[in-house]
Amino acid sequence: MIEEKFDAIVVGAGPSGNAAAYTMAREGLNVLQIERGEYSGSKNVQGAILYADALEKIIPDFREDAPLERHVIEQRMWMMDDKSHTGAHYRSEDFNEEKPNRYTILRAQFDKWFSSKVREAGALVLFETTVTELVKDLSGQVIGVRTDRQGSPIMANVVILAEGVNGLVGQRSGLRDEVSPDSVALAVKEMHFLPRETIEARFNLTGNEGVVIEAMGTITRGMTGTGFLYTNEESISVGIGCIVSDFAESDVTPNELLEAFKNHPSIKPLLAGSECKEYAAHLIPEGGYRAIPRLTGPGWIVVGDAGQFVNAVHREGSNLAMTTGRVAAETVVALTRKREPMTAAALKDYEKRLEQTFVMKDLKKYQGIPALLHARKGAFFGAYPRLVSQAMQTWFRVDGTDKKSKEQAIYRNFRETRTLWGMLGDAFNLVRAWR
Amino acid sequence: MHIVVCIKQVPDSAQIRVHPVTNTIMRQGVPTIINPYDLFALEEALRLKERFGATVTVLTMGPPTAADSLRKALTFGADRAVLLTDRYFAGSDTLATSFALSMALRKIAADFGAPEIIFTGKQTIDGDTAQVGPGIAKRLDYNQLTYVSRIVETDLDAGTIRVERRAEGGIQVLQTRLPVLVTMLEATNEMRRGSIENALIAARAPVVTWNATDVGIEDLTKCGLRGSPTIVKKVFAPTARTEKAVIVDADGSADAKAQALVEAIFARAPTVEHELNEQAAHHYV
Repeated sequence: MIEEKFDAIVVGAGPSGNAAAYTMAREGLNVLQIERGEYSGSKNVQGAILYADALEKIIPDFREDAPLERHVIEQRMWMMDDKSHTGAHYRSEDFNEEKPNRYTILRAQFDKWFSSKVREAGALVLFETTVTELVKDLSGQVIGVRTDRQGSPIMANVVILAEGVNGLVGQRSGLRDEVSPDSVALAVKEMHFLPRETIEARFNLTGNEGVVIEAMGTITRGMTGTGFLYTNEESISVGIGCIVSDFAESDVTPNELLEAFKNHPSIKPLLAGSECKEYAAHLIPEGGYRAIPRLTGPGWIVVGDAGQFVNAVHREGSNLAMTTGRVAAETVVALTRKREPMTAAALKDYEKRLEQTFVMKDLKKYQGIPALLHARKGAFFGAYPRLVSQAMQTWFRVDGTDKKSKEQAIYRNFRETRTLWGMLGDAFNLVRAWR
Repeated sequence: MHIVVCIKQVPDSAQIRVHPVTNTIMRQGVPTIINPYDLFALEEALRLKERFGATVTVLTMGPPTAADSLRKALTFGADRAVLLTDRYFAGSDTLATSFALSMALRKIAADFGAPEIIFTGKQTIDGDTAQVGPGIAKRLDYNQLTYVSRIVETDLDAGTIRVERRAEGGIQVLQTRLPVLVTMLEATNEMRRGSIENALIAARAPVVTWNATDVGIEDLTKCGLRGSPTIVKKVFAPTARTEKAVIVDADGSADAKAQALVEAIFARAPTVEHELNEQAAHHYV
């Protein structure tokens, strides 16, 4: 029998769990964190971009020893058809600031580092231990967790569920439904080793500068999704992901999609001569605001991917995870200090606090986008990218045709593919969903 | 009763690769594990602990990060963890390693009681020498039982241990007096999953950390690279076999499948049929 009762138990050691455990432990709470993987980061997959701001609010001097790959100085947004890409690139010397804003990272290393900070802060961390269910008292108040290890349950005043996208513990404990296939994306990625000099020459970089490419278009074969390519110190992360229900409807496998993306004429030369070092796949919650499950209840709080906290439009996730983890921790710290019980009403404060952050504001702003893109996926991930590419080709190819005729040809091409009203409708809906 | 289990943190050999150009082992980013053979030793020790109420100490020599392996051993149910770490130990071969470990074991004996049994794995997966265990036994003047597949009986009152030892051509049943050093064979038991209580204890447990001076080593020339007469002449990656596995497909009865298999073997290795026939003929003479 374990006599000890913890102030809080955190389920999971990803960015949200680590942020929560660190924040509470640093404030002196008796924290137990339980992770099913062999170490923090062993189960975690991400592109991966680290957004400095969210981490700075937790560990201000993280740059001193966190394993960071490259700081991002250039963003390339590509709209692709089968042979071409139309790009908008933004590169600025401002991103070479003293405290850069975004970094590429390798999650296995980064999460290990974050986890070491959690332990230094005083939290107790168990690895290779899976929380199987929440323990409730007769009133329904969550009072602890049961694990897959033999022995008695472990008690705590509150359980923070940072368990990741599937939310299995929450499901098993009847706190939430199964994740709907149309609100999660399946992403696959590979890490390709290349010498750093090659990366720097190929992407026009010096030192630790890095480039991010985000791509959409026919690469996802009409499914809702995007591709990406990030430069690390001595490797390139390349991946692609689509909504799970789209994969289910199509006969395309994620692997085929990634192979085709890697062999796209715009991507292939960037990877030439590289050696694939690892491959990984993961689910990403992309249902947005409307897919957020219940976030609090008596004795429990949900943070990170488990709460669908991903901004799919801006490809942000880990920063939302860390922020929700921190805010949940701050809520628990405040209640613990006041010696208030962790009732459903008291923990609602977490949701109120979240409303004041960019997390809820951004997710609310884009709440219509996932459904719109999904409903009109044939247009947004097929017809339009193709049309844009054809228009570019018509415009830039010098073949004796006069410019007026070219303009007319481009216009005709658009009209033949989509009715004017259809296009206007899509544009109108997109603008409305964006606002 | 006091049992010490010597373990080693090794790179997970399933994930290790040799650099194609320099021929050196690429250790970077390769996860580390407890040497799998040592887990059989640890499980055997934990079984004795359950039977006799023994105290189990795990000992390792390695870099500070080897503490992770010790903590893991604690989650399985070991009681105490000792890490022997010092930059002077870097580059140790089996001679220098067994020297350093035997010194640590002397200190363990002095501080926590002399162990009746010291366990090691048969060998490590990164060195494959199987020399460190016997080296320790020799230096400590312990009896040694190597390649042990089963502990038949431990009689604490009589101070004896009887084991089965796998030898060429059969199994030896050996008995000797305690104290003893036992090196365990693989697949002799199955490592338990530690309880949640053990996991909690392990997450908090301090790892006793000693350096060369702590264990009374005065002559540093016996340590590390200087104390290691072994010279690695060459490291190379074995060339991959070009032959691929073939799945023999055949419909129908087991006999038909066997027939198809035999034919496939004979087709691939034409001399086999002849050799088998010769042997058979010889046999029936």
